Amino acid sequence: MFSPELDAIVPMLCVTLAALASMGAEAFRGHNERLPIGGLGIVGLAGAAVSSVLLWNRSTSGFGVIQADNFGLFVTLTLVAVGVLTILFSAPVLERNAIPAGEYYSLVLFSIVGMMMMATASDLLVIFVALEILSLSVYVLTAIRRDNTQGTEGAFKYFLLGAFSSAFFLYGIAFTYGVTGSTKLSAVGAYLSAQALSSNPMILIAMGFLLVGFAFKISAVPFHMWTPDAYEGAPAVVTGFMSTGVKAAAFAAFARVFLSAFEPFKGDWAPVIAVIAALTMILGTVVGVAQANLKRMLAYSSIAHGGYLLVGLVAANDVGKAAILFYLLAYSVTNLAAFGAIALLGARDRANDELRDYAGLWHSHPALAALVTVCLLSLGGLPPTAGFIGKWYIFSAAVSAGYYWLAIIGMLTSVVSVFFYLRVVVMMYMSERGTAEAPPRVAGIGMAALALSIVAIVYLGILPTQVLNVAAASISTIF
Amino acid sequence: MLLTLSWTLPLAGAILLAFIGNADGKRDAMIRWTALAVSLVVFAVTLVIWARFDNASAEFQFVERVAWIPAFGIDYYLGVDGISLLLVVLTGLLTPIALLSSWEGVEKKVKEFSIFILALEAAMIGVFLSLDLFLFYVFWDAMLIPMYFLIGIWGYDQRIYAAVKFMLYTMAGSVLMLVAILGLAWMHSEATGAYSFDLLKLYTLQIAPETQRWFFLAFAVAFAIKVPLFPFHTWLPDAHVQAPTAGSIILAGVLLKMGTYGLVRFAFPLFPLAATEFAPWIALLAVIGIVYGALVAMVQPDMKKLVAYSSVSHLGFVVLGICAMNVQGVQGAVYQMLAHGISTGGLFLIVGMLSDRRHTRLISEFGGLRNVMPRLTAAFFIITLASVGMPALNGFVGEFLTMLGGYLWDPRFVVVAGLGVILSAVYMLSMFQKVYLGEVTNPKNAKLPDLQPREWATVLPLCALAILMGVLPSLFLRPMEPSVKKIVERVQAVRPVVAQATPAAAPAIARVQGQ
Repeated sequence: MFSPELDAIVPMLCVTLAALASMGAEAFRGHNERLPIGGLGIVGLAGAAVSSVLLWNRSTSGFGVIQADNFGLFVTLTLVAVGVLTILFSAPVLERNAIPAGEYYSLVLFSIVGMMMMATASDLLVIFVALEILSLSVYVLTAIRRDNTQGTEGAFKYFLLGAFSSAFFLYGIAFTYGVTGSTKLSAVGAYLSAQALSSNPMILIAMGFLLVGFAFKISAVPFHMWTPDAYEGAPAVVTGFMSTGVKAAAFAAFARVFLSAFEPFKGDWAPVIAVIAALTMILGTVVGVAQANLKRMLAYSSIAHGGYLLVGLVAANDVGKAAILFYLLAYSVTNLAAFGAIALLGARDRANDELRDYAGLWHSHPALAALVTVCLLSLGGLPPTAGFIGKWYIFSAAVSAGYYWLAIIGMLTSVVSVFFYLRVVVMMYMSERGTAEAPPRVAGIGMAALALSIVAIVYLGILPTQVLNVAAASISTIF
Repeated sequence: MLLTLSWTLPLAGAILLAFIGNADGKRDAMIRWTALAVSLVVFAVTLVIWARFDNASAEFQFVERVAWIPAFGIDYYLGVDGISLLLVVLTGLLTPIALLSSWEGVEKKVKEFSIFILALEAAMIGVFLSLDLFLFYVFWDAMLIPMYFLIGIWGYDQRIYAAVKFMLYTMAGSVLMLVAILGLAWMHSEATGAYSFDLLKLYTLQIAPETQRWFFLAFAVAFAIKVPLFPFHTWLPDAHVQAPTAGSIILAGVLLKMGTYGLVRFAFPLFPLAATEFAPWIALLAVIGIVYGALVAMVQPDMKKLVAYSSVSHLGFVVLGICAMNVQGVQGAVYQMLAHGISTGGLFLIVGMLSDRRHTRLISEFGGLRNVMPRLTAAFFIITLASVGMPALNGFVGEFLTMLGGYLWDPRFVVVAGLGVILSAVYMLSMFQKVYLGEVTNPKNAKLPDLQPREWATVLPLCALAILMGVLPSLFLRPMEPSVKKIVERVQAVRPVVAQATPAAAPAIARVQGQ
């Protein structure tokens, strides 16, 4: 398209332009003038999608720090899906809560730019810059309802701990540079594989620091403490956005750093991550059982899902790498739809996100209840949904790498998780509505977004072949 | 196409119903009739499959195979053999009966009820037809969803507890099976270079004894929970008692058979070595279940609970026959699955009729019903006798064959199991006596209506089949014989001692068939 250097960043450029345009639109918007700013974002994301498809199989590299290979592009496309769904779910929410649209959408779009950069970056420093771009936007988004104390508290915790983890991450980069003399992943990898047999404590420290930084972003145990508060405090749709987009981006970078640059030291990091994965799955589900607030429950469930993704990383074989990609897509669509549904049911003065608010939802909103049920079944990993195929894929990776114990823990925790997903279903279908007033009517655009996600969930659940093949082909290009 | 048709038809029916608007309940009648019509067509399809089935062949027939997820060797792979054939027909038969049984009992949300029943039928038929382990697992797990809703929404007072317990118990068992399935596929890829979930290919896999043990246990626990085998049975009384009548009929009639079917089709032939090792222990649990179920059934005040525990007892015979792994035992086990589906389905059906009339299921609330509703009493009597194993009725053939098979294998088990036969006569007949015989003691029972035409339509086929299966067992035994022999041969290849016993016993089976 343009110069080869520029090609690799075209998807990001499209989204950046959209973000700038929405900032401008907000600034020049007349008082009470309604502008389709969300539409701008969708146009930008569509541009990113088209350019990613055009870049497919070309593995272009930009400025030596961005690698637009199929792996990164697959995640970019997942992020586009996340972005589009977020914008669709946000439209009614913004109107209801009187959140300034331009501000909100440009933050969303900027954080997507950061995510895309993180997914395609091939230099540790650029990964760090991308991490900061997305983190800062997400901190602000968490507290976008300035009159909401819970949101402010969550954002503050998130910010403090996030700053710590960024420091760790940066420190890890410094150590890596100190040992290998480069921050480029390819150079680091080449240096380390040459040195593979001599175990250097410095490199272990570097790996440890990087691991902490990533573990924080994907809210793996024991770095998950901020998650429930931030997820509960943020508006539901923002929670959906950050529980999927941030996780997808962080996992992409995590996989890229540990499966390419630090691959020679797999014997050192794999056992650690295996234990973290097991703890994450167990804690996420066990604590999730005790939650009475749906958002908090889904927060813990998304911690558990991070654990499943880590299993794919530990397996570290071709199946595992492709499984991460597929699972990220399946999980993103499903989780975003679930949070989107919560957002749609909220009212201006009441969030309606306690479990008991869902009692008898079937009677007042039959279609919505059915769609939410499909989301929950997919999160629980029941066929015929995307979640089932994703779990099957992840655990076949674990089994083929010999990690039977991780597969068994994962399977058993997913049964426990079904228990709390079913609690919602029990509420919706099998309980009578108490005295509380019924949730409001749901906006058409929100229902359309939800229906769209459900179509995707069922499609990925019944005919996953095509996407599985694309995922499998994506990983062959890099590692 | 026939097999695909048999499970997609009910699914298509369910989807069709979902698009009929029925917010105010005005179209209830139309929805009921549509669902019934769909289920009858499905039944007809299953009958066509039976009619075209080649009794002499041990191979899978009507095989359909399309690549589904080629990267992992997962196929959409269906086929039917003598073991699954009649179970599919049984599913086809019991679904319209279940729909008819709830014609009046289910008043709220008729549309959703019919959708879930049809979806359940689709998944059940899929389970019996799948020859690809992945596909099998998909149907196996997918089936839980409609059943969960059926119990949870249309059940009795404790329905939510029962529904959640049913779902979690079954899932907890089956996820370990999934790990074992993945392990099998991985081993296939190690051995041949390509993943495969194809059952027939996996049959030929050489698996180390240690691995066999773990995998067999993973499969066996999943199926033992479904059967349910003592001590994994505790979900069953809850689920049965709380489920609506239609749910109980399907649960007892078909769902429990999936556990025993899984043992015959998957657990035993996939891991013959481990199966041989563990068979005595499983058989031990089975006979404990036979006696325990019978003893607990004897003291139940609630008819539905009594029938539920009797299922635990009766399915013990099936498991015993499977563990024996000789032709008589397995054939008896499959026969007993069908017989139990008919007779226990019938018992739940009639108990449901009484419960619809009186809104109670306590034995003590009834008495002397013979004077009020003679036809219903007669039907119940036939089904009761079938259930206790009266000769010339269906239960006898199955129990006789399984015990014969068990005797040839290890007589000790049969001695204990025989006790179960006697006990089953005790609790069933004493319930019959308390509910139907004597004078009408409770005035509320004095004016109960006898069988309605709709109820005739449900009871008659079951009674007729109970008699037919008792008088002409060869009609049902013949199609399954070659397939049973094949599976037995496969497992016995590693168990030479028992294999010698089989030819000597052949005349006995000929006698039974010639009845």
